[in-house]
Amino acid sequence: MMTKERMDSIKEVLKPKIVEKLIGEDKVELRGDEVVLKGEYYKKQVRIALKNCDIVDPTNIEEYIAFDGYYALYDSLTKKKPGDIVEEIKNSLLRGRGGAGFPTGRKWDEAYRYQADKKYIICNADEGDPGAFMDRSILEKDPHSVLEGMALGGYAIGSDQGYIYVRAEYPMAVKRLEIAIKQAREYGLLGENIFGTGFNFDIELRLGSGAFVCGEGTALMESIEGRRGMPRPKIHRTAHVGLWGKPTIINNVETLANVPVIINKGYEWFRGIGTEESPGTKVFALVGKVENAGLVEVPMGMTLREIIFDIGGGAQDGKEYKAVQTGGPSGGCIPADLIDTPVDFESLGKIWSIMGSGGMVVMDENTCMVDIAKFFLDFSVEESCGKCVPCREGTKRMYEILDRITKGEGVEGDIERLEELSETVSSASLCGLGQTAPNPVITTLKYYRHEYEDHIHNKSCPAKSCKPLIKYFIEDTCIGCTRCAKACPVSCISGKVKELHVIDQSMCIKCGACYDVCPVKPIKAVSII
Amino acid sequence: MSTVKLTIDGKVAEVSSELTVLQAARSIGIDIPALCYDETLEIFGACRMCIVEIEGSNKLQTSCSTLVKNGMIVHTETDRIKSTRKDIVQMLLDSHPNDCLTCQKSGECLLQDYAYRYDANFRNHHGAMRPQLMDTSSPYILRDNSKCILCGKCVLTCYQVSDRQVLSFSERGYDTKVVFGADQTIEESPCVSCNRCVAVCPVGALVDKRQLGKIRNWDGNTTVVMCKACEYGCEFEVYSRNKENIAVTAKAPSNGRPLCLKGRLATELKYLENPDKPYIKINERFEETTWDKALGITELIEKINRLEKDNKEEEE
Repeated sequence: MMTKERMDSIKEVLKPKIVEKLIGEDKVELRGDEVVLKGEYYKKQVRIALKNCDIVDPTNIEEYIAFDGYYALYDSLTKKKPGDIVEEIKNSLLRGRGGAGFPTGRKWDEAYRYQADKKYIICNADEGDPGAFMDRSILEKDPHSVLEGMALGGYAIGSDQGYIYVRAEYPMAVKRLEIAIKQAREYGLLGENIFGTGFNFDIELRLGSGAFVCGEGTALMESIEGRRGMPRPKIHRTAHVGLWGKPTIINNVETLANVPVIINKGYEWFRGIGTEESPGTKVFALVGKVENAGLVEVPMGMTLREIIFDIGGGAQDGKEYKAVQTGGPSGGCIPADLIDTPVDFESLGKIWSIMGSGGMVVMDENTCMVDIAKFFLDFSVEESCGKCVPCREGTKRMYEILDRITKGEGVEGDIERLEELSETVSSASLCGLGQTAPNPVITTLKYYRHEYEDHIHNKSCPAKSCKPLIKYFIEDTCIGCTRCAKACPVSCISGKVKELHVIDQSMCIKCGACYDVCPVKPIKAVSII
Repeated sequence: MSTVKLTIDGKVAEVSSELTVLQAARSIGIDIPALCYDETLEIFGACRMCIVEIEGSNKLQTSCSTLVKNGMIVHTETDRIKSTRKDIVQMLLDSHPNDCLTCQKSGECLLQDYAYRYDANFRNHHGAMRPQLMDTSSPYILRDNSKCILCGKCVLTCYQVSDRQVLSFSERGYDTKVVFGADQTIEESPCVSCNRCVAVCPVGALVDKRQLGKIRNWDGNTTVVMCKACEYGCEFEVYSRNKENIAVTAKAPSNGRPLCLKGRLATELKYLENPDKPYIKINERFEETTWDKALGITELIEKINRLEKDNKEEEE
């Protein structure tokens, strides 16, 4: 059985050793008494959910304990009542980090108050937004923070059984979780009579099979129950009637990783970070055409500019920054002139996007917004479970229209038809996936309507990205270096050395290889029209 | 069980607190349209036709899956609802073949009814259509995937009988389809031809093949009869025209009544002058058979014949 004394002695011996080693490797520095990762990239970050990532060894439970791990669980089980934990989380105003931002404490309170012989807590680790890898990093690098968060949730609502629904495409996360659960059982931190308090709690893994929609709570439960992963109508609250008809709470990985820290440091501390209505931090996967791509954890309320430019270093290759997409296939594109918007649930909602689970895709001047909308719609069409009519049929029709427009086959009335379909799909779909699937179209239509109009009326792509609408052309500034001709994969460029080269338009596949290699400065001789 | 009072389209309903808004509305004669709702089946929430507006919320809510509450004020046919329903029907029609003229289901098809009610029509477009996968392998059921609206009723009703559970969904998104067994033909699958699925299908995706081309809903009279093959007493409809009985079809199963092939054949034999030949499945193949074999009464008939013969001999 694990005791406080044993944890203290592990911490006393191990922590100095780990810190010494990491400082020796020049990986970390001390910020106050906190050990943080060293480097310019981390300076503006505040890490709560990621606090142990790249610091502790995820395959060694003792290293997690050395960094205050399982102390929140110990304190809670020995000194606090379940209701106290619920109150603490409620007071912290922690909101779900999986996308919708529902107050975690309220969810727990519902399940806590509902009497039942069995309750469940589920960790939703079915992260699926394109380009998102926040939860994956936590699971791979700090799995115990999630296990401890779940045990605390279990104690709070009166559950003795947790499930982690993790996607099978994350083999490393699955492996690390398996190791972590095994070690936690060995150390008496999961299983029966934890810390000798009589509290029992265990966790099992359930592997998803690659359906995005299984990240939706009710579809996730259907999947755990062994049925086809399709959302079910919410006649009752999941906190009352959930998995196998029992009260269930479902929390996202990052939400759960916040819980032990909040319990350790108190809700006042947590509310001192971030904004009044969205306290704490949020992890983002900063990807796309950005200089420093990677995971960032920043206090809520930090502006997009600080995240994309100060931390991310702006657009790649000196190109002009155009927009950022937040919230994945459910989110929206935020144009450059709104770059000073603070990132929190309310502010992003006001500009028609959402916080989402943390995907942040940076786009530059060569990104076509119609094409982006098409990309996300394609994803939604592909991932729709096919159950409800608006999502199954409506997203397909929206995609077909967008596909036409990007091929230069758009017709009068397409924009209006897109708007009508968006309205029906978002207001009548069964689950969040369908209800939010039109968002990428709605926001790009709102902010970049002229790009749609250019495609439809002028058959041109302003970002010069849609291949059927562009032509590569060699200007007479060509120096005849022959590089383009050599790079062309279909050999459609002719011309002698030191003479003007010509592209045979009938053969050109518009791959852009000639443009990339053209050495003429400052303006390339290959132009896109 | 407590009762609640709510207002639906200006009418006051006093109903059990366990009812859904849709049930409450129907109980006072307000017909909220629904393609996937069936009171005998699990609430599925797929068709979205039963959306209503409830005062205090901006969201459209499906009345099949919303429980009544005291003081609730519900509107079931506002402009917003009507236009959304029209869009939903239109979406279904855009994937549906325009063949009501020859469809067996015409006249009793819910999609047809709602297209009429919300003024939606077939139209030409260049987009995708549901692929035509016609399954003609069974003498009892004709399956036409191109007409399926994926309401799920067939899957759910088949699921209710624990030793059947033959139907399920396969693929996803626009490619979603209902399959028999492991995406087999009806003949190859473990389907027992009970026709539960046919009885609940709201469109022409699953039709009774023995009725096909003989008579349609409006084209004669129907009489409900009770099957006498076992104590369940499942109901069948006998279709007749000019006093001649033409076809027998299964009515939707209810109150735990399972429906079965034997009962259906027995009912056919009883009511039809010239029933089609019976078939039974042997080693995943439908084979024509005799009535006594189909009804499993060969031994009984032999015995009856023998006893009668003995009796006659004794009398002589």
